[in-house]
Amino acid sequence: MNFKHKYFFLFPGLFVLIGILIFPIIFVVRLSLSGWNSYNPGLDYIGLENYIRLFTDDPRFWESFFRLSFLSVTTVILQYVIGFALAHMVWKDIKFKRFFRVLFLVPMMTTPVIMTVIWRTFFHESLGPVNDMLSIFGVAPKWLTDPVIAKFTVIIVEVWQWTPFMFLLLLAGLLSLPKEPFLAAAIDGASPVRKFIYVTFPLMAPISIGAIIIRLIEASKIMDTVYVLTSGGPGTSTETSSFYIFIKGLREFQMGYAASMSFTYLIIMIISLTIIAKVLTKVLLKE
Amino acid sequence: MKTCLTAIISSLMIFSPMAYADKWSDQFPHIKATGDIPGDCSYEKMSKKNYKGKTLKINTHAIPVMGEPTALHAEQFEKLTGAKVEVTHTPAGDLYSKAMVPFQAGQAPYDIVFGFSNFINDWKRYLAPVPKKYMNSPEMKDVTKSHMGVSSWDGTMYQYPVDGDRHYLKYRKDVIDNPEMQKKYKADTGKELKVPTTWKEYGEMAKYFNGWDWDGDGEKEYGSAEVMKKDDLMFAAFFSRSVAYAKNPRTPGGFFFDLETMKPNINNPGFVEALTDWVEATKYVPPGGTNFGLGDEIGSFGGGQTLFSFSWDDAFIAAMQDDSPIKNKVGAAPLPGANKVWNRVSNSWENQYNQAPYIVWGWAVGVAKKSKVKDMAFDYLCFFSNGANHQADLAIGRFGVNPFKNSDFDPNIYINSMGWDPEIANSYTKTLLDMEKSNNRVFPLRVPGVFEFTSAVATGTSKALAGQLSPQEALDEVAKEWEAIVSRVGKKAVQDAYAVGVKMEDNKL
Repeated sequence: MNFKHKYFFLFPGLFVLIGILIFPIIFVVRLSLSGWNSYNPGLDYIGLENYIRLFTDDPRFWESFFRLSFLSVTTVILQYVIGFALAHMVWKDIKFKRFFRVLFLVPMMTTPVIMTVIWRTFFHESLGPVNDMLSIFGVAPKWLTDPVIAKFTVIIVEVWQWTPFMFLLLLAGLLSLPKEPFLAAAIDGASPVRKFIYVTFPLMAPISIGAIIIRLIEASKIMDTVYVLTSGGPGTSTETSSFYIFIKGLREFQMGYAASMSFTYLIIMIISLTIIAKVLTKVLLKE
Repeated sequence: MKTCLTAIISSLMIFSPMAYADKWSDQFPHIKATGDIPGDCSYEKMSKKNYKGKTLKINTHAIPVMGEPTALHAEQFEKLTGAKVEVTHTPAGDLYSKAMVPFQAGQAPYDIVFGFSNFINDWKRYLAPVPKKYMNSPEMKDVTKSHMGVSSWDGTMYQYPVDGDRHYLKYRKDVIDNPEMQKKYKADTGKELKVPTTWKEYGEMAKYFNGWDWDGDGEKEYGSAEVMKKDDLMFAAFFSRSVAYAKNPRTPGGFFFDLETMKPNINNPGFVEALTDWVEATKYVPPGGTNFGLGDEIGSFGGGQTLFSFSWDDAFIAAMQDDSPIKNKVGAAPLPGANKVWNRVSNSWENQYNQAPYIVWGWAVGVAKKSKVKDMAFDYLCFFSNGANHQADLAIGRFGVNPFKNSDFDPNIYINSMGWDPEIANSYTKTLLDMEKSNNRVFPLRVPGVFEFTSAVATGTSKALAGQLSPQEALDEVAKEWEAIVSRVGKKAVQDAYAVGVKMEDNKL
């Protein structure tokens, strides 16, 4: 029998893959080799000029990258810890379990930009309710105007918004765990803490790695929170790579240069996330 | 002749309501204060046009500033002409790219695009020049010379004037003119409390009136509300503070660059002094004031939170609206000056008083060259800024429509239709008019890739405000970046474009 016609069934998927993934990447690479900007639109060829500028004359890109690393790693660790705690809590038989399961998901269901506008209003230093309440204790943190505190404000908003995602994945993982190891631990008289350390946590390792990697990929694109909350300020203290690329590309219209930054950033992210995934697997799965 | 024309138009604007108010203001309450005002694009004239079956697509700013009047006049235009008008609202930071991306791709998804007047150099090749029919209309003849210049490039108008912008000082008149406060200030500081004429006086007064309840409303008030948020027009606020120290009428040939060499002036001691003052200002703004965008500034001064403010008209108009707690308690004055000005030719300070108005860029709007409904688009813009709409828009602070016609400088408009105190109306119109007459004005930078230049200023100055760099270090960084941009864009291209602006500043255009 001739099964050659089966290859025709691959075409729709292949076509979509080329259209939405391969072509844009090729176009970005080509764009990055051009000087396309507001006064010189078009795909002229300038060689590696944009890359040379990026690696030799743009410390702001690298500063924003290291800032992004700090923000994304911190937010994901916090999301993991809080998400695990919440999932563990509603995994048990507690009152209003269903209510809490839904409640903890609410932040994720809201629109990030709108929620950030609301958070910005909360943290507004002269009109916002947060400092109004804190004034009772005689403190008024500069949530958005102090270079150090502003970073933590971004972290608070990100953690609030995306912990539910971590909660959801980890709860799904907990619900799918086999019952036998827990029964065995109970027969052996293991305390809740030992049960968590020696049974729950190791069994959850594969799903934890997946959840952390998914969130790291998402967190490495922090943009809307920064855009709305601080515009990268004060100074450049909350500027992340994606926000900086946005400024260069869509504010200043340096399309060619922004493309070179995007491509470099993509490569760095692929390499670093691969390494992180390997390390996590080694540490958590003890492979 | 010009004065005569202005007087006639002003009279028409003041007395015409009696004749037309009944007919059109019943249908369109927005113009209830004046009724229709005769003109080429009046309600009466527009009602005779028939654009049924045609669609006009507009990209404008988010509501309310400029977005709200655009949508309102679109709705009115639909009712009058039968056209269908689709309005898209876009955040300020994305107006440029939202038009530029399709422009560069050879498309025209919008017939009308709103933006800022300093986009003109990048946009002009994609915009249709304003047709002669409109250029010769009495309404257009009423537009001030400055704003004709701002909307045009080398004699050709590409942007239809709908707004006029400049930065000036706004202050709390009930405090500055209050004899008790004057006495208290004198006793505490040994200085006179008066409208500040220098940035140093501005700083001293703002610091004194910072952090206590000086108007007895039970809330703390502060010294100054300013646009300090990075990438939220802060570069314009910095230029406002710089003109006093760096625009020397005796050294023509460029404020931002030395036109001959295209060497940036941005890090000379004049600009550094201005940035040093600005860093000091972080101590007398309201809590969170260093993150204030334009909307926050309008709300802060307009809501009675600060003694001073400077930037566009909006905060002043907001303060003078009927619902404002400080209506008729504010005053307008020219931007403060300085007791010294930098001479970039002799490389030294000149110890004499200097003041320079900043005719800052403002809202601008053009019709896409590739639009298929250009006539209708220009009619819409002409209708947008007709006498009745313009006067009604001027009275609403959040609309962001500010005076740009000679007839706007008649104080009676503000006294009769907006209920302003005559003294305030007079000081307001005099302040604006004096800026028009000044020979030491600064116009916005309008060169290719303007966003790269202003973005560099925003980044540098915000680093100084955040304490990441000293003023000199920050502006050295900006100057280095400007040199790199000039080199990337091409010195000749930037120089040629900049020469047009310099001609305006040197009063040669």
